[in-house]
Amino acid sequence: PGDRPCPRSQPRTCMKCGQSTAALVIRVGDPFCRGCFREYFVHKFRAMLGKNRVIFPGEKVLLAVSGGPASSAMVRQVQEGLSREAAKRLRFIPGLVYVEEGAVRRQSPEQRQQTLAQMETLLQATGFPYHLVHLEEALELPPSILQPGRASTSSPSGPSYKEAVDSFIQQQRQDGDSGTSLPGHSTPDAAAGATPCLPDAAQTQELLPSFEAAATATAREELLEMLRTHLIVQTARDKGYAKVMMGESLTRVAIKLLTNLSLGRGAYLAVDTGFTDQRHGDVMVVRPMRDYTAKEIAFYNRFFSVPTVTVPPLFTKRREKLSIHQLVERFLLGLQEEFPSTISTVYRTGEKLSPEPAKASSESHRCLLCLCGLDTFGGEWRGHWG
Amino acid sequence: SKISVVHCFYFRGGAELLFDGVKKHQVTLPCQPEPWDIRNLLKWIKQNMLKERPELFLQGESVRPGILVLINEADWELMGELDYKLQDQDNVLFISTLHGG
Repeated sequence: PGDRPCPRSQPRTCMKCGQSTAALVIRVGDPFCRGCFREYFVHKFRAMLGKNRVIFPGEKVLLAVSGGPASSAMVRQVQEGLSREAAKRLRFIPGLVYVEEGAVRRQSPEQRQQTLAQMETLLQATGFPYHLVHLEEALELPPSILQPGRASTSSPSGPSYKEAVDSFIQQQRQDGDSGTSLPGHSTPDAAAGATPCLPDAAQTQELLPSFEAAATATAREELLEMLRTHLIVQTARDKGYAKVMMGESLTRVAIKLLTNLSLGRGAYLAVDTGFTDQRHGDVMVVRPMRDYTAKEIAFYNRFFSVPTVTVPPLFTKRREKLSIHQLVERFLLGLQEEFPSTISTVYRTGEKLSPEPAKASSESHRCLLCLCGLDTFGGEWRGHWG
Repeated sequence: SKISVVHCFYFRGGAELLFDGVKKHQVTLPCQPEPWDIRNLLKWIKQNMLKERPELFLQGESVRPGILVLINEADWELMGELDYKLQDQDNVLFISTLHGG
């Protein structure tokens, strides 16, 4: 359009500091220089955690890492936050989990090994304990994964957030403020062994039929997400983490919102896309990246050299129609070109949804697969199910 | 006079397969009467570099929504987008933010 800035001859100035040359445009027409952008990005993460107040000091938090841009940026923010000066330092104890999905992403064993090696390098460089899980291990999940767990440590009678922070700071002073203790080196999960190894071919062959049986690309995507989530939650349970951080960006959350609406999950949009997701009971999932657009994340990773590992997409069958996920992505991104507030509008509408705690009085009233309370009251099904 | 333009194509999700899996390409653009702006550059890329499925990279005369363009490490939105006139040794980077396919 005619009101676009002229190229090169008039470089634009950062709107924040008014001094440096702008490097990117955020939101609708806000130019930021690199320095101010970095501050903005880092501040947003702290503000997100500070506002929501669900991560208690000294608590173990499992970061779910895919190698993709958003979860990689999330790890960087945790690293930044933990290394800050005492007053503003993040105070939890992170671990990492990576789910290797090469079996369903058309990777040969050699390619899977290569991806694993790249991911291990990335994970080890953080210094945090990490856990590698193969998608094939979903076949060995216990039935308990299909039920919410009992929240053992955090009970309603436990300390409030403020109380927990105050007592933590007091403890720190007594201990001479040595800072949150982190493991001295990165420790892989004991079961993984010295070098990461792939599951037996037999296990892979046992997993694939479920994916091949999915009649549509949509069903296949949903299956993958469900198994991945189950594996992450199970890892959290096994290793004593009560919190899991997932790297879904604002863009991904908006896409998920409309996708899930199309999938008939309108009743669960808040829990599927909100900051906190408590359906698993003892393990709370949080989404601290949901306020960052895909563009912000991509630029941050480029400017500040955040390492990522790319993997091929989930396999599709020949001449198969696109999934609802892909269609919604195209729709939203396409609309965004002409109407640059599209995605943020969808996101903000989603923010207005508040999670309705599942009114399920007994376990039989929850969906086995997604653990959400069934909204089947009223209508033709009443009285037909035990 | 010839313009030598360094392109780095960087994609996630396997889209680098569109360019033989090569992430970085260095290119010299030939002389022509029309100016070398991004618009013409994209046409040139379509004709000379895209091996398959151009619709995964281009849409109309621009890049597909979800693909970011950086010119010399700056957002192309600050540089005039398609109207930006390429200069010698310019660096153009394409980052895909799309998920799968």
